[in-house]
Amino acid sequence: MKSFFNKQHQKLIADPLGDQNPITIQVLGICSALAITTQLENALVMTLAVIFVMTSASSIISLLRNHVPNRIRIIVQLLVVASLVALVDQILKAFLPDASEQLSVFIGLIITNCIIMGRLEAFAMGNKLYESFLDALGNAFGYGWILVAVAFVRELFGSGKLMGYDIPGFSYLYQMGYMNNNLMILPPMALVVVGVIIWIQRSRNTDLVEEN
Amino acid sequence: MDKESNLYTFTFAILMVLIVGTALALTSELLQPKKKQNAADKKMIDILSAIGVNVSRSEAESMFNKYITDQTVINNDGQIVDGTAFDIDVLFQHRDKTLTDEEKKYPFFTAMKDNQKYIIVPMAGNGLWGPVWGFVALEDDYETIHGAAFDHKAETPGLGAEINTDFFELPFKGKKIRNNDGEFVSIEVKKGGAEEGNMSQVDGITGGTITSDGVSDMLYNTLKIYNNYFSSVTIQNDSTTITSYNNIKENEILF
Repeated sequence: MKSFFNKQHQKLIADPLGDQNPITIQVLGICSALAITTQLENALVMTLAVIFVMTSASSIISLLRNHVPNRIRIIVQLLVVASLVALVDQILKAFLPDASEQLSVFIGLIITNCIIMGRLEAFAMGNKLYESFLDALGNAFGYGWILVAVAFVRELFGSGKLMGYDIPGFSYLYQMGYMNNNLMILPPMALVVVGVIIWIQRSRNTDLVEEN
Repeated sequence: MDKESNLYTFTFAILMVLIVGTALALTSELLQPKKKQNAADKKMIDILSAIGVNVSRSEAESMFNKYITDQTVINNDGQIVDGTAFDIDVLFQHRDKTLTDEEKKYPFFTAMKDNQKYIIVPMAGNGLWGPVWGFVALEDDYETIHGAAFDHKAETPGLGAEINTDFFELPFKGKKIRNNDGEFVSIEVKKGGAEEGNMSQVDGITGGTITSDGVSDMLYNTLKIYNNYFSSVTIQNDSTTITSYNNIKENEILF
């Protein structure tokens, strides 16, 4: 009998966090990673939203996988993802109105996040509930930690804050002539920060480097 | 039943849509009161920020009731008409092209802060990428600006989007919407910077000219209408001052 959390299960969670990371290796879901990472708080809310949508969608699709007619499977996946996103949007509007305002269209755009559809089609359609759930969780965290890392750097150097709070030592730095880097707030710097993460990752694990 | 048959496919699709549709409609309906409350709280926060009172969401309603003493609605000509000022969405009105100026309603709020009376005027206009809006608080001379709070939907970050920051809003304080002769001039958001000593200009945003002009136009178009009402009130106020002054004089003579 298989154990509840065996080697294979660990791999499902661990791979997307590192060597199979959806953002840095598969380069999926980049658009939202660039747009909402100016503040740590937004990145965290977005991560939670994506974790919820991905795990629920994967579980639902995995349960339905033997009943979904092949010809309309993509539409069914889209329907499930879209309704979960609409649900998240409603809940945020009602309970976290400020975050919902900041994230505005990007919550709606979770629907188009390639990671979700990618995992549904590639994994949940052919695997059991528990495995699909773990796979979704792993990929959502893989997406989330990059988001949080990028947002940490951008908010720290772009606004001199973290989670919207001032950082104690920064007032001395300002007196010494330090200035926030406004470029950090603009989308291109998100690309550069993601680029640096990809660079670090590939220099540590040269197997990831493509031979050309 | 054959999983790939047309009948199965159709039944499956219809069932899915029905389930999902019902679920979403239910959630939306259930959360409706909460969302309405959030929108109202946000509006109260914005109104209060125009007189420099910053409150959190949880205390928005109590602080609004504390500071806002009166709500008035006027028409295009500056006459007071019936209506609840808080319920009028000026942004919605601004974008509704079927409404004529005569049909539009213009709300304003009277606030008391530190025993000073302020008039808070909501406004809406066009920026570069989408609507801009704001609240301007006037002192009880109906011409000096006490504070302004602007916001926007989609202006360029770092450029036009800066209209909701202090560096743009603070210079409005103390500016006058009438010139020395008492004529209405509004406040101009001036490209290249306000002229030295000009009481009716503030600095525009470099690189955000269209947004700055949008704010200028919004201020002019809105305040022009409110000024119709303000001038009628100011004239009354002036005459009361004169009579009381006369009264004092008479008293002095009596002594």
